[in-house]
Amino acid sequence: MAYDSFSILTSTAVPLPIENVDTDQIIPARFLKATERVGFGDNLFRDWRYNQDDTPKADFVLNDATYQGKILVGGHNFGSGSSREHAAWAVYDYGFRCVVSSFFADIFRNNCLNIGVLPVQVSAEFLAEIFESIQNDPATELTVDLHKQNISLASSGTSESFEINAYKKENMLNGYDDIDYLSNMKSEIVEFAQNTPL
Amino acid sequence: MKQTLFDKVWDSHVVRSIDKGPDVLFIDRHMIHEVTSPVAFLGLKNRALPVLYPERTFATADHNTPTLNQHLPVADPLSRNQLKALEENANAHGISYWGLGHKKNGIVHVVGPEYGITQPGATIVCGDSHTSTHGAFGAIAFGIGTSEVEMVLATQCIMQPKPKKMRISINGSLNHGVTPKDVALFIISKLTTSGATGYFVEYAGEVFEQLSMEGRMTVCNLSIEMGARGGMITPDEKTFEYIKGREFTPDGAAWDKAMAYWETLHTDEGATFDKELVFEGSEIDPMITFGTNPGMGMSITKAIPTASSVEGGAATYKKSLDYMGYAEGESMLGKPIDFVFIGSCTNGRIEDFRAFASIVKGKKRAENVTAWLVPGSHKVLASIKEEGLLDIFEAAKFELREPGCSACLAMNDDKIPAGKYAVSTSNRNFEGRQGPGSRTLLASPLVAAAAAITGKITDPRTLIQ
Repeated sequence: MAYDSFSILTSTAVPLPIENVDTDQIIPARFLKATERVGFGDNLFRDWRYNQDDTPKADFVLNDATYQGKILVGGHNFGSGSSREHAAWAVYDYGFRCVVSSFFADIFRNNCLNIGVLPVQVSAEFLAEIFESIQNDPATELTVDLHKQNISLASSGTSESFEINAYKKENMLNGYDDIDYLSNMKSEIVEFAQNTPL
Repeated sequence: MKQTLFDKVWDSHVVRSIDKGPDVLFIDRHMIHEVTSPVAFLGLKNRALPVLYPERTFATADHNTPTLNQHLPVADPLSRNQLKALEENANAHGISYWGLGHKKNGIVHVVGPEYGITQPGATIVCGDSHTSTHGAFGAIAFGIGTSEVEMVLATQCIMQPKPKKMRISINGSLNHGVTPKDVALFIISKLTTSGATGYFVEYAGEVFEQLSMEGRMTVCNLSIEMGARGGMITPDEKTFEYIKGREFTPDGAAWDKAMAYWETLHTDEGATFDKELVFEGSEIDPMITFGTNPGMGMSITKAIPTASSVEGGAATYKKSLDYMGYAEGESMLGKPIDFVFIGSCTNGRIEDFRAFASIVKGKKRAENVTAWLVPGSHKVLASIKEEGLLDIFEAAKFELREPGCSACLAMNDDKIPAGKYAVSTSNRNFEGRQGPGSRTLLASPLVAAAAAITGKITDPRTLIQ
């Protein structure tokens, strides 16, 4: 078992209604120098969250106690740019277990799935409704049910289903990872490698 | 069945296909660097797993390395520690290691092709999104996360659903002063940074056929900036000519056998793509970006678009222009700049320095401009000296640095100060990418050279000799 399992999560959410949030914003390159996977949450959205003298920027959502929760809601094309898994680690380490957006960049989505953060892609309309609901009432709760592949908004009762492939779903429900799977097919891989010259 | 180039390479590397799940894809060659590998090695240690095929992994130090005084100990303790971890991990597992000061050292995507690690028809991954560079040789090459680096070290496989396929064709030829970088920035400006997400791209048509291998690498390198996992080009005589005789290229009977495979690597007539786009080479001008993602690019002679004329939310667009200190409708030509950076895995190859030299030759760097010329590798550095380009640079008051990723992502000391403008031949103009508060204008080596000489945004066609 390589990471936390995920089944149902009900939580308030932190809204970040900005499009094309890239992984350099999620965690700037100068904070990628660790050789262990610890402490990345402290630098999540570092340059949007702190001034250059390290004082918090009052207008950034992570510095506003009104908004709390284990779900991060971002704008279209969330996680574009660099492949740094540190971005997913930072999201996880800060305390988020789920990211909701109307579109995810490919590598970021994959990195999230590989460490136990669930990326949930919703329609642009539902995303707009989620942002509006949180703005009207920051105590609004979202429920993400991985078994049913469904996300719902408590305030309005609106819900949507979301996609995840059956293999990854099983992994997340059980906290398995790909190395667990691949290690079990080692002899098949070794045989394949013999026919694949370097 | 009619197959695309991508199908042929992907399908021949599938070890197992999981129903309603990903494919288990065998990886021929794996490149690692100091930033995205240490946690993967830690994972192996925690699971008590060895590296399955150490001869298939190659390590080079690039992201953190200083570009001055590389013979001295690295000053930043965190960078030094990360570089040391790479060396220790490589040595402990019997992986080729080209560290700081090694004659083969350089940026991972520059040295791979230089030494023949990159080959047609191969699957190549690295914990770096610009791994797409290697697709220039007809390889399937893409960036992966650290969990996947660990998978490749442990099992030589990753698990990925097969992406959709897109073909981007550019017919005709390029206008004078238009470079491969402009081609890529043009495509990204048309597709946006998410327009190719979920796809693997094949670049086809006369323009790509005419490009050199270096030029093809620049285009494939930037595939990720439109969201694509990677991009690839059919290998041809230029490809085979480039790789022949390099250290890790097969020779003798192995070469003949490899060629027999490589010559099958093309999209069959009648094979289908999920999406096809066609452009004309003559549509493309020298390009420059004006915003905070690589999709916010335009012809250098045009005016910054209005929020109402672009896709996406106006609030995000305005935030971006505010960060840059620009306004809708302004012309980019004539805007003052402070820094010029030539280098990176996008434009840090010998042709890029030749292009830069073609404009700065016989002129002088503008007084207000700080310029960093950073070769992509020691091999590029050596060629710059051998070809006499260094003399041209020095006469024009430019200083050449030592190889590394440098100001592309500013993990070392090469940081653009807050609020300053840098014309950069690198790949990303995200907020703070080149240092906190830095403002990046992505462009070709020719545009960078014109800016370095005039101190402002200048159409390079006015300076071409």
